Amino acid sequence: MQSVGKNFDVIVIGSGHNGLVNACYLQKAGLNVLVLEKNDWIGGAAVSRELHPGILYSNCSYVCSLFRPEIMRDLELPKHGLQIVAIEGGTVFTKDGDYLASFRNYHAKKRELERFSVKDSESYSRYSRDILKQCRFIQPLLMRTAPDPASFKFRDLSEMLYILRKVNDLTASELADTVRFWTMSISDFLDEYFENDVIKASLAVSGIIGTALGPMSPGTAYVLLHHYMGEVDGSIGAWGYARGGMGAISKALTSSFRAMGGTLLNNSEVEKVDIRGARVKGVILKNGDEYLAKNVVSNADVKRTFLKLTDPEHLPPNFIKKVNNFKIRGSSGKVNIALDSMPNFPVISENNPCLKGDIHFTDSIERMERAYDDWKMGTWSRDPFLDMMIPTLTDPTMAPPGKHFMSCFVQYCPPKVGGQNWTKENKDAFGETVIQQIADYSPGFKDKILHMEVRTPKELEEEVGLTEGNIFQGELTFDQLLFNRPIPGYAQYRSPIKGLYMCGSSTHPGGGVMGAPGRNAAVEILKDLNLPDSDIRDAYEVL
Amino acid sequence: MTQLKEKKDRDTTFSKPLFRSPFYDFFAAQETEGHWYDWNGYKSPTILSDEELEYFSIRSTCSVFDITPLNKYRIVGSQAEEFLNKLTVRNVAKQNVATVKYTLWCDQEGFVIDDGTLFRISDNDFRLCSQEKHLPWLIDTSHGFDVEIIDESKHVCGISLQGPTSASLLRLLGVNGIDNLKPFHLFQTKISNIPIMISRTGFTGDLGYEIFMKNNVANKFIERVWNAGTNHGITAIGYNALNMARIEAGFIVANIDFISSDHAIRPNRCRRPDDLGLGWLVDLNKGFFNGKKAILNSKLEDSEAFKIYALEIDGKEPAEGSVIYYNKKDEVGTVTSAIWSPMAKKSIALAQLKLGSSKSKMENLWVEIYSLKELQYHKLMKKVSIVKPPFINLARRSACPPSNC
Repeated sequence: MQSVGKNFDVIVIGSGHNGLVNACYLQKAGLNVLVLEKNDWIGGAAVSRELHPGILYSNCSYVCSLFRPEIMRDLELPKHGLQIVAIEGGTVFTKDGDYLASFRNYHAKKRELERFSVKDSESYSRYSRDILKQCRFIQPLLMRTAPDPASFKFRDLSEMLYILRKVNDLTASELADTVRFWTMSISDFLDEYFENDVIKASLAVSGIIGTALGPMSPGTAYVLLHHYMGEVDGSIGAWGYARGGMGAISKALTSSFRAMGGTLLNNSEVEKVDIRGARVKGVILKNGDEYLAKNVVSNADVKRTFLKLTDPEHLPPNFIKKVNNFKIRGSSGKVNIALDSMPNFPVISENNPCLKGDIHFTDSIERMERAYDDWKMGTWSRDPFLDMMIPTLTDPTMAPPGKHFMSCFVQYCPPKVGGQNWTKENKDAFGETVIQQIADYSPGFKDKILHMEVRTPKELEEEVGLTEGNIFQGELTFDQLLFNRPIPGYAQYRSPIKGLYMCGSSTHPGGGVMGAPGRNAAVEILKDLNLPDSDIRDAYEVL
Repeated sequence: MTQLKEKKDRDTTFSKPLFRSPFYDFFAAQETEGHWYDWNGYKSPTILSDEELEYFSIRSTCSVFDITPLNKYRIVGSQAEEFLNKLTVRNVAKQNVATVKYTLWCDQEGFVIDDGTLFRISDNDFRLCSQEKHLPWLIDTSHGFDVEIIDESKHVCGISLQGPTSASLLRLLGVNGIDNLKPFHLFQTKISNIPIMISRTGFTGDLGYEIFMKNNVANKFIERVWNAGTNHGITAIGYNALNMARIEAGFIVANIDFISSDHAIRPNRCRRPDDLGLGWLVDLNKGFFNGKKAILNSKLEDSEAFKIYALEIDGKEPAEGSVIYYNKKDEVGTVTSAIWSPMAKKSIALAQLKLGSSKSKMENLWVEIYSLKELQYHKLMKKVSIVKPPFINLARRSACPPSNC
C-alpha cells in the first residue's frame, strides 16, 4: 500500500452529479477536494458517451427538470456550458390505432384530452391545481436538511417547527389531501379526477418511473409528485433536455470544479474507506493506492457505501441491519439506440411536434400493472412500459442532421431473472422485446438501427455502480423519505463514523438529477468543519 | 368524446389550438386592427377597429359581441330544479319560467367557484352560462338526481346586442314581443325562420339582449342582423369595449376580480359570496346546497377576509393593478379592474380590500398609481372613496317598453 499525491481535505467517492455538486461547493468554500471516479468517463448516471461514431447518447438519465436552479447559479454552470432546453410534446400510442398527444400549449393539450373525454379535459385543471399545491408544500423542503424528530438539538427542533408550521398553514382538507397523496396509489389518485383509461395511463407514468411498484401500489402517487416538483425556468413540472445530453450537466460541473482548483481522477475505483480509531483517514483504491483525507463523502448509494466500501467492524449492528433492509430494488432497464433516420409513425402527421417529447406505448393502467406482475414473477415485462425520447429532434449537437439518438427507459426489468444472474441470451431477448414494441407502431424501425446499447439492472450496477440498478439509489416510498432517508437517525448526511458522509440520492430528498443531496451534504460538512456556508444560497422562495 | 377520425382533423388540436366560434369569420371580416386573445379556448377579439368607438356603440347605438366562448350547460330532467338548488346559492324554486337569474355556486367550504346566469326555459329545462368550465363539478353534484347535464358549449352559439338602439333593431327584424320583454326575461322566437332564444340580459348595464342559437344558423343570423343594423349604428366590438362597460356597471369577473376556488392554489385567495358583495344572492332558508354550512359558520366569525369594493379615485389616471393604502402607509389591498369612465367622467375601480370591521378605515384610503409617461413613472397618491356600485345607472336599462334610441 502506498500513499500517492498529497493530502486532501475531502475525498468524494464517485463523480455522479451529486458527488460533483458536493465537491464543487466544498472546493468553493476553500477546501482542497479530490473526486475519485472508477470509470474512464465522468458523471455516473448523468452521462453522455459517443457509443456510435458521431452519435452522442444519454446513457442513463435522459431528461432534466429537477436539477435545482439555485445550484446552477451558485456553481456558475451556464458559464461552464450548461444549457437546459424546454421540451415540446409527448404522446401515447393506443392499441386501437389512435394516439393521445400532449403539448406545451395549454389549449392544444386540453383539446387532445377532449378527443378522449370532455369531462377529463375539464378535470385536468383541477388535477393540475392539486398537484401544484402539493409541489408548493414539498418544494421548500428539498434544499433543507431533514430534522431528526428524536433529537432535542435546537436546529432539529426549529426545523421540525418549520415543517409543523407548513402543515399548520394547510386547511383541514388540504392536510387530508397531503397525507393521502403521500401514501395512496397513483391509480387511485387519478381515479378521483379522470374516467378515461388512456388519459390515466398517460398521467400515471410519473408515478412508476424508477420504482419497483405498480401503478396500483400504495405510495406511487408521491413518486408522481417527485417527478413534478422540478421546473424549467420557473415553469413548474416542465422537463427539459440538457443540450449535449445529460452528460453536459456532469461536464459543466466538472469544468466548474476544476476551474476552482479541484482535482478529479478517472480510473480510480475505491476499494475501501480507510478507517482508523473510529474516524476516517482516507481511501484505498483497487490498485492499492491510498489517498488521505479527514473527510470522505460517498456519492455511492447507502448499501454500496456501508456494505462494500466500509468494513463492518466499524459499524453498529443495527445500522448494518437497516442498511441491509433499505429498499433499493432494481426495476428498470435502458435501451439506447442510434438511428440512421427518423422512424416513421404512420398514425402521426409529420408536422406534429408531439414526437419531440416522451413517447409511450402503454395505453392503460391495467397494462402497466400487468407489466409489473411480470417483474414480481422475476422476469422482464413481456409487454413493457417504455418512456421513449428522441432528443435529437430538439438538440442538434448529439447527432449529424438526419441521424438520431433514441433513448428508451424500460420498465419493468428485474435485477435477476428468475433468481439467476442475467445471461447474454436474456439481455438480447430483453432488447428484442423493447425493439419489437416500437416496431409494432413504426414499420421498418428495425432497419434503421445503427447501434444499440442494452442496459439491464446488471449493467447499471456494474458500470454505474447503482445497487440493483435502482435509478433513485433507493425507493421513494414514504418510509424512506425525509428524516427516514436513508435510515432513521442518519438522515443528515453523516454516518456512524466520524468524517464519513453520504451525498448520493440515497439521502434526502432522493433521486433524480436534482443536486440537492450533494448540496445539502456540503452544508452539513461545512458545519462540522466550522466553515461558513455563505456561498451556498438558500432555496428560492416559493411565493 | 369528440371523435376526430381523420388525421388532418386531429392535427387541428396543435395547428389551431384555439377554437373558432361560428361567428369568427364575420368578426374577422370587421377587423381593421386585429387584436385577438384567448377567451376560454376561443380565439376572440380584444379590439376590432377602435376600442373607444366600439365602447361608444354600447352606450350610444348598438354593439354586437360574440358570447359563444361562454360555457353553456343544458340541465334537463324532472329534478333539474332540485339539482340546481343544490348546486347554486339562490332559490331556484322561486325562479319563474322564462326568466334569467344571475347566480353563483360554491364548493363545500363555501368558497365561490364561479358566477353565471341561469335561464329557466321551462319547468324542467335550464341553461347555465358561465365564464369557467364546470362539467366535472356539475356531474359530481348531480349524483342521485333525475337530471341530465348536456355540455352545449360547442353546439350552441350566442351574440350579445347591447346599446340604446338594440330594441329597435330587433323590432325591425320582426321580433314580436320585444316591447313586452322585461329585463331578465326570455322567450323563444324566430328571425327570418331562424330559431333563437332571446333574453333581455347583458354585461353592460345598458339596454341589451343576448341571443342564443344552434351553430348551423349562425352565419345566416349574423348576416341578417348586420344588414338590418346599418341605420342603427351597429358596430362589431371586442372584449376591451365590453370590459369598460362592465366595469361601469360594477360587474365582477371570475379570475379577474376574484380567484375561483377551482383555480386557487393559495388557500387564502378563496372568497365567500359575502366577500364579493353578493351575499344577497344566498338563500340560507332553502334546504341543503353546496357550501351552505360553511357560509353559515363564516357569518359567526369576525371576517378578516378581503372583500370586493367599488371605488372612485381622485384625479384622471386609471388605477389598474395599483396598491391601496390606509392612511397612505398600510397596505390594505389591490385594484383588480379600473378605467377612466367615459360615462361617469371619473376614474373608477374594483378592488379587493381587507378593512375588517373598522368603518374609520374606509374614510382614509389612498391609492398609489404609477403612471408611466415617456419612460418615467409619476408616482401619485390619490384619495379613494368607497361607493355603492353600479358606477352608472341608466334608466333605459330597465325601461319597459324599451325606448327607440
